[in-house]
This record gives sequence, C-alpha cells and structure tokens, in this order.
Amino acid sequence: MSTILAFAEARDGELRNVSFETISAAKQIDGDAQVVGVVLSDQNTEALADEMIHHGADRALVVEHADLKEYTSDAFTQAAMAVINEEEPDGIVMGHTSAGKDLSPRLASKLDNGLVSDITGIEGSGDDAEFVRPIYSGKAFEKKKLADGLTFVTIRPNNIAPLEKDTNRSGEVSSLDVDIKDIRTVIQEVIRKTSEGVDLSEANIIVAGGRGVKSEEGFQPLYQLADELGAAVGASRGACDAGYCDYSLQIGQTGKVVTPDLYIAVGISGAIQHLAGMSNSKVIVAINKDPEANIFNVADYGIVGDLFDVIPKLTEEIKALKV
Amino acid sequence: MNIYVLMKKTFDTEEKIQVSGGAIEQDGAEFIINPYDEYAVEEAINIRDEHGGEVTVVTVGDEDSEQQLRTALAMGADKATLINIEDDVEDGDQYTTSTILATYLKDQEVDLILAGNVAIDQASGQVGPRVADQLDIPYVTTITGITIDGQQVNIEKDVEGDVEKVQTSLPLLVTCQQGLNEPRYPSLPGIMKAKKKPLEELELDDLDLDEGDVEAKTETTDVFLPPEKEAGKVLEGETDDQVKELVSLLRTEAKVL
Ligand SMILES: Cc1cc2nc3c(=O)[nH]c(=O)nc-3n(C[C@H](O)[C@H](O)[C@@H](O)COP(=O)(O)OP(=O)(O)OC[C@H]3O[C@@H](n4cnc5c(N)ncnc54)[C@H](O)[C@@H]3O)c2cc1C
Ligand SMILES: Cc1cc2nc3c(=O)[nH]c(=O)nc-3n(C[C@H](O)[C@H](O)[C@H](O)COP(=O)(O)OP(=O)(O)OC[C@H]3O[C@@H](n4cnc5c(N)ncnc54)[C@H](O)[C@@H]3O)c2cc1C
Repeated sequence: MSTILAFAEARDGELRNVSFETISAAKQIDGDAQVVGVVLSDQNTEALADEMIHHGADRALVVEHADLKEYTSDAFTQAAMAVINEEEPDGIVMGHTSAGKDLSPRLASKLDNGLVSDITGIEGSGDDAEFVRPIYSGKAFEKKKLADGLTFVTIRPNNIAPLEKDTNRSGEVSSLDVDIKDIRTVIQEVIRKTSEGVDLSEANIIVAGGRGVKSEEGFQPLYQLADELGAAVGASRGACDAGYCDYSLQIGQTGKVVTPDLYIAVGISGAIQHLAGMSNSKVIVAINKDPEANIFNVADYGIVGDLFDVIPKLTEEIKALKV
Repeated sequence: MNIYVLMKKTFDTEEKIQVSGGAIEQDGAEFIINPYDEYAVEEAINIRDEHGGEVTVVTVGDEDSEQQLRTALAMGADKATLINIEDDVEDGDQYTTSTILATYLKDQEVDLILAGNVAIDQASGQVGPRVADQLDIPYVTTITGITIDGQQVNIEKDVEGDVEKVQTSLPLLVTCQQGLNEPRYPSLPGIMKAKKKPLEELELDDLDLDEGDVEAKTETTDVFLPPEKEAGKVLEGETDDQVKELVSLLRTEAKVL
C-alpha cells in the first residue's frame, strides 16, 4: 500500500483549512493510499493530529518543538525531512501558502525530485495522476505529471474540497523527536497587519474594493456588507497604493490569490494583474460606474452604477433575507 | 560585494495568450523582464551603489534572452551571463533551470543572489529556493526590505500581508516581492553604455553538464485555455430593482447565498 503525507499548516495553535484539503487531495491522488497527516508545530500537536484524522487522515505523525512556532525554512526543513525519512512516502501534498511555497522547493531539491506547484485540480489517479495548474496569470492552464520519484504537489487553497469532518474517525497518532539546529534565518519580530476574522485566502465570500472607493472611509460600507455576508474584505492594488487600506488586503498577482464561491468587485477596473488573483472565483459580481470596465468581461453579474448608492442598498437587501 | 541577479524573460503582461500544438504560442509575442526580477535588478544596483562591488545578471534562456539582459545592463548592472540552452535541452522544468543556475553559481564568488519571488508565466516560485538549497546557503523569500551591515543582513519579509523582520547573514539568496522598490527605467546614456558592457554566453558544455544531468522531473501533458466565459448578465432598471434581482440571482441561479 502506498503512503501519502498530507502536511497540515498550523497558525497560532490552530489548523488552517488548507490542511484538510491536503488530505482530500491525497485521497484523490490514490484512493487506496494510507494518508498520514503531518503536524509540525510548537504546541497542541496531539489535538491538531486528531483534527487531521477527523478530516480523513488514516493516521498522523507529529513533531512538536519550540523552534516550530513561526515558520523558518531551516527548522521546518529539518522537521519535514525527518518525517519523510521516517515514512519513506510515495507522495507529499502541501498547501501553496507562504510557508508551503518556501518549503516545498527546498524539500524537492533535497529529495532530488520534481514538484508540481499551485495545483487547482487532479485528474486520474495513481501513477497516471495529472495535475491541473493555472499559468500565465490564470489566462491558461497546463496539466503536469511527475516523471518518476515521489508524487509531490502543492495545492492552491480553496480549490479541492475537504472531506466532511467526522469525529468518529480514529487513527493512530505518533510523535517524532527531531533535533533542530543551525537556524540561519532568525525571526526577530512579526508585525501583524492582517485583521482578525475571516482569512482572505480561505474565505467563501469576498467583498473587494478598488480605487473607486475613493477613501479609507469609503471602505466602511464594504465592511458593513461583508459583515452581513460573513465575508472577508479585500482590495485592488489601486486602493492599497492610494492608502485607502493596508497592503495585506491586496488581491492579485502580487497579493493574495483567492478562489471564493462569491467575489464582489466594487470600484475595481479589472486590470490583468488583479484578475490573476481572483478570476478563478466561482461567481463574480462587478459593481462599477463605467460600463466599459474590463471587470465586466469576467463578471457573471454586473451592476453599472455608483457604488455608494448600490452597496448600502445591497447590504439592506441581504439583511432583509435574514428576517 | 559580488551580487548576482537571476532573471528571465516573460510575456508582456498585456499579451493575449494563444495555444497551438499543446503549447503557448510564443511567435510574435512581446517579451519583458519578469516584473519581480526587475525589483531584483533595481535592488542589486542600489546595494552595489551603497556597498561597492559588481552586479552580474544571469539568465537561462535562448538567443533572444540577450535583449532582456541588455535592458538590465542599461538599468545599471555591470555584467551579464546568458546560458543558452536552445540547442541542448528540449524540455525543461524548474529542476532543469535551477540545476543549471546552481552549477554556474558554484564556480563564482557569491555574496548575495537576488531572484524574483515568482515568474509570471509558469509561476511556481521554485527556482530561488531550489538554487539556494543546491548551493547550501540560506534564503528568504518574498522580501520587501533589505539592509546589509558587514556580513549581517536585516530583512523585511511579506508573509501573506504580515511583515516579518528577519536577521541572517551573507552569503544569502533572497526573492523579491512588490513593495521592495520602484524599478528605474533605463536612461538613454544607460542604453548606450549597455551595448559595451560584457555579456558572456555559455552553453551546457561550458558548465560540464550534459542533457541527462538536467533532465526534467516533471512532464507537461497538455496546455489549454480556460473555457470561454459566457457574457455576464448586466442588470437593468433602477438601483433598487437591480439590487433585488442580484440577490435573487445569487440565491436561486448561482446558489452562493
Ligand atoms: C528548454 C526548456 C524548455 C522548457 N519548457 C517548459 C515547458 O514546456 N513547460 C514548463 O512548465 N516549463 C518549461 N521550462 C521551464 C520554464 O520555462 C522555466 O525556465 C522555469 O524553470 C521557471 O519556472 P517558473 O516560471 O516556475 O519560475 P519561478 O520558479 O516562478 O521563478 C522564480 C525566479 O527564479 C528565477 N528564474 C526562473 N527561471 C529562470 C531562468 N530561466 N533563468 C534565470 N533565472 C530564472 C527568476 O528570478 C524568477 O523570478 C522549460 C525550460 C527549458 C530549459
Ligand atoms: C508587477 C505588477 C503587479 C501588480 N499586482 C497587482 C495586484 O496584485 N493586484 C492588483 O489589484 N493590481 C496589481 N497591479 C496594478 C494593476 O495594474 C492596476 O493598476 C490596479 O489593479 C488598478 O486598481 P483599481 O482597479 O482599483 O483602480 P482603477 O484602475 O483606477 O479603477 C477604478 C475603478 O473604479 C470605478 N469607479 C470609480 N468611482 C466609482 C463609483 N463611485 N462607483 C463605482 N465605480 C467607480 C472606475 O470606473 C474604475 O473602473 C500590478 C501592477 C504591476 C505592474
């Protein structure tokens, strides 16, 4: 039986959603494989391992170490390599997140292996598995296969649905001691810019504002709409550059790449670099006063109008749904 | 300080993408320096101007890649190396490119290597970390700030919007993220000077590599365009009606509310 490692990603002692998606991706790659949830963290690893099992991992392996608090390439490479040497897996799945992007190429290099990054779909299975990934900023797609060696992929968050959580699932949790040393990049401080609440790259609904929002206060109606929808707020670079919001909200080629079920673009023109970050969203709504704006070319539904008129009305309408 | 910049050409962002014979049609397309590599070139020049030394820009590419190297020289880089693999390698992947780059860099005195965070075409972000691993030097990805003091390096790193302050030391590889700087345009005197700056051209043989050493570890089986999106519905009427219709469509047709 083959073994596939599904790497969890912990943040502040909790698992990010993409962790569960790695499990279902591993099952799609090989339905008969034994999927091992891997948790690397400084705390709470047993509980996180159980969560991986509840989401479908057959068993779990944890490394708990003080140096696994914040992600550093050196500490996580040592922990991950210890796990890989222990398990000798046939496949590895990780999230294509900030940490996954940094770690996976180094592991692939150490393993002298290929790596298919940022996949959004899996076709076929076993040795015939092919991986679909967007290229050219989402303007095209390619299908890739691993030549030989391990099946090693990173998955774009929010594209491969996780399995239903079931707390009746059980599995063995084992722990590995790793001697972590020689960390050459030391994190001295983390400045949190991202707000509490819904994580942009994992949000089901996003309300995003552009330069058309015109000011920091102009974002308020967007926040109110987002509140009603349980959505996260995002932005174009235009809005960030103009100082209406923090760069941590930026969506696009240089910002976050998102694939929510519903993306509401408000006062955003639809530049190609913005589309690179959101054009694969399932449903796109555009609200813009310029009927010629490019965003309408990717939108499923559009309203041509003044956002300061449309957004408050939309918020009221959503509120009315709930009563 | 010996500074190396890894750069590649990419399609101009505005280019329309066409597929023919299972690959992206390259003929007639306009090419530019990958935007993230422009940040790398700019930062390398600034660091050299402050600390002295030399900036070498390196690309793995074909004959036409000379154009982007000349642009980087015109911005202010000192030397260029074109590793031309056109005749030697038929299919490559990130393993191919990083192995060639690392083999070349192993023979150089290197203090600092700057790469892009991602190339906007294949967009894997693998090449920087893979090269650093092969050279066994530390790396920091997606940097938005860097200051160097002797061997010590202080970095600001973008982590999905949060900022990490990282301390490390030379030799080092970093990958550049938007926010690091504003790349300059080449000046006219810069362009004139660039024509005379040294541009070395190498082939695999010069690096003691053959095709087998750099054989791709992944295979591309298909390239396709996304399905044409049906024209979206632009809603009509007064704002109140548009909003009502939108909510109703989102519930009943799109089923996302
Ligand atoms: C002959 C040949 C044919 C190829 N055909 C294909 C193909 O059909 N499909 C496919 O997917 N890939 C192919 N490749 C590989 C691909 O074109 C790139 O060179 C790849 O290695 C870069 O991958 P990426 O876009 O993911 O770069 P990333 O890893 O995203 O790039 C990050 C950074 O690495 C540096 N970098 C990347 N590439 C180079 C380079 N060439 N020279 C210098 N620095 C670089 C830059 O600083 C860049 O910003 C081929 C390569 C060769 C040699
Ligand atoms: C290397 C590089 C990377 C980049 N990366 C990104 C990225 O990651 N993300 C990104 O977003 N951009 C990115 N950009 C920038 C991108 O090219 C655009 O400049 C940017 O997306 C424009 O932002 P915008 O749509 O908010 O502004 P604009 O293009 O100015 O559009 C504003 C829109 O608001 C509309 N509007 C104005 N007032 C109202 C109103 N009252 N009601 C309704 N509508 C109104 C206007 O009709 C217009 O369509 C990048 C550029 C480069 C070169």
